[in-house]
Amino acid sequence: MTAFHSHLPVLQVIVPMLTAPLVILLNQKRLPWIVATAASLCAFAIAVTLAMSVMAGQTIQYSLGAWPAPWGIELAVDAFSALMLLVVTGASSVALLAGAQSLDKDIEHHRQPLFYAAWLLALSGLTGILVTADAFNIFVFMEISSLASYVLISGGPDKRALPAVFKYLVMGTIGATFYLIGVGLIYMMTGTLNLADMAFRVEDVADQTPILLAAGFITIGLALKAAIFPLHIWLPNAYTYAPNMVTVFLAACATKVAIYVLLRFDFFVFQPNLAEHDFQFTFFLLPLSLLAILVGSSVAIFEPKLKRLMAWSSVAQIGYITLGASLLSVSGTTASVLHIFNHSLAKGALFLVMACLGMRIAQLRIDNIAGIAQKMPWTMAAFVLAGLSLIGVPGTAGFISKWYLITASFESGAMGIALVVIILISSLMAVVYIWRIVESAYFRQPEADLVITEAPLPLLLMTWVVVLMNIYFGFAPGVPIELATGAAELLHGQTP
Amino acid sequence: MELLGIYHYWVFAILLMIGLYAVIVKLNLIKKLIGLSLFQSAVFLLYITMGKLEGGTAPIVTEANANGLFSNPLPQVLILTAIVVGISTMALGLGIVIRIKEEYGTIEEDEIQEIDK
Repeated sequence: MTAFHSHLPVLQVIVPMLTAPLVILLNQKRLPWIVATAASLCAFAIAVTLAMSVMAGQTIQYSLGAWPAPWGIELAVDAFSALMLLVVTGASSVALLAGAQSLDKDIEHHRQPLFYAAWLLALSGLTGILVTADAFNIFVFMEISSLASYVLISGGPDKRALPAVFKYLVMGTIGATFYLIGVGLIYMMTGTLNLADMAFRVEDVADQTPILLAAGFITIGLALKAAIFPLHIWLPNAYTYAPNMVTVFLAACATKVAIYVLLRFDFFVFQPNLAEHDFQFTFFLLPLSLLAILVGSSVAIFEPKLKRLMAWSSVAQIGYITLGASLLSVSGTTASVLHIFNHSLAKGALFLVMACLGMRIAQLRIDNIAGIAQKMPWTMAAFVLAGLSLIGVPGTAGFISKWYLITASFESGAMGIALVVIILISSLMAVVYIWRIVESAYFRQPEADLVITEAPLPLLLMTWVVVLMNIYFGFAPGVPIELATGAAELLHGQTP
Repeated sequence: MELLGIYHYWVFAILLMIGLYAVIVKLNLIKKLIGLSLFQSAVFLLYITMGKLEGGTAPIVTEANANGLFSNPLPQVLILTAIVVGISTMALGLGIVIRIKEEYGTIEEDEIQEIDK
């Protein structure tokens, strides 16, 4: 391993973070976009290199400032964080590559340098959460990414984004503060902030009540950030009124990073050490996941606004992710991690299609896209394929994770059959809400004076790249499955 | 007496609840932010008090006090970072409230919902 190679974990965060102030200084027409995209692609390349090292069996650890852990801050990349890094940097790169025209439309030219700087800060915050092994560091990066994403969401022309982002800010801050209280309580009892060290020392704590309290605070706080039902109420409006490209980026990864922290904390620190905590975890998360799946899908069926429909579908999909984790088996957690990856692909593609439509239509409502498939055939074909992946039709990425989830449910005994029934019902509900859009776009007559053309080429091209990835990972799911299995074995304390 | 002996936890819990109450109940967005600020300050208090040791001094080790009693400085350092995060959140929150006032002409939550209908 070369010297440069060993610094990759820290470069993953530093590259976008240091590019952000640079971008503010650029005010030529395209320059901010070019530099931001280059930084994002660079982060993606680092993530790919890290993932390849992890798959080759290396453990990647990095002591910041050469202070040894647990005194210094440690960065660590394992299978779980490597997969999440791919998702986050990939989503950011795709959204930026596709989004130049769409962002020109939403953000005035003189505000663009600031906007791209906020984008890079959000990216560096999200990647920071994933590489760090320090509980307090996670809090700081969480707030960096959250503050930057509030700016991104409220950056568009729609004034309704402002009350939505205010609600997100209040709930996000409460969530982060709860997390901080939990970390403080653990620090009081163990005197450490390093996650691995914490897991080791919690065992020796005589009075476990504060740790249990900390588990409660951390779970609720992160559930707020991850929009786990019923703490999801900030999500639909924030996603709906954000600029289209911001929705692509954040919908694909922001909530999932909070789920990543939740799983990591719960499986590493709490479950091995707290008596019966795994049952508390299941009894808390399982009913909420099922409610999220059913309520999210039902609301999506009756929602006339397209982006809001997709946002409610995201609430349901977060339910699938937490459902897998709450089964407490290696196969369940594999399904959960795999669904994080596959759902990002499917929802990323769907929101890219929304961005394509948004370039040509002012109000994205089901009635307004009547007959649009005649005018934008490529866009709507992409929508159909991405929709199939969201539903989980064989041959698409969505099928793989649903299959794993159903297998894991069957393994969990008698209750499993009920779970499978709910998963199938909810998949049928997904068929209904995807079909409503397809029906309107393909089988209704367009208004006679509708003069629109296909979406701009870069946007359409990137949409199709993501759609084809949905199909590629439906037939060749080797890499995500390997990383997801590695992550699940790690979380359950089995060395692969 | 033991319950009063740890009175700083009571202050923390009461401040936290006052803050949360204001965030939930108040309709005025500025008052919500004041509640949020109280809520965060309560946590600062939790951290700062846990580092304090009775009779402890700043951890500057010299030959004279090598065996002295020191307070743990780390919680204060941590909370300094959290205070910065809190200030940024507040600044951004107030910025959003200003934009809401410009666009909607009001900062009362119920009136905003009425306009958005």
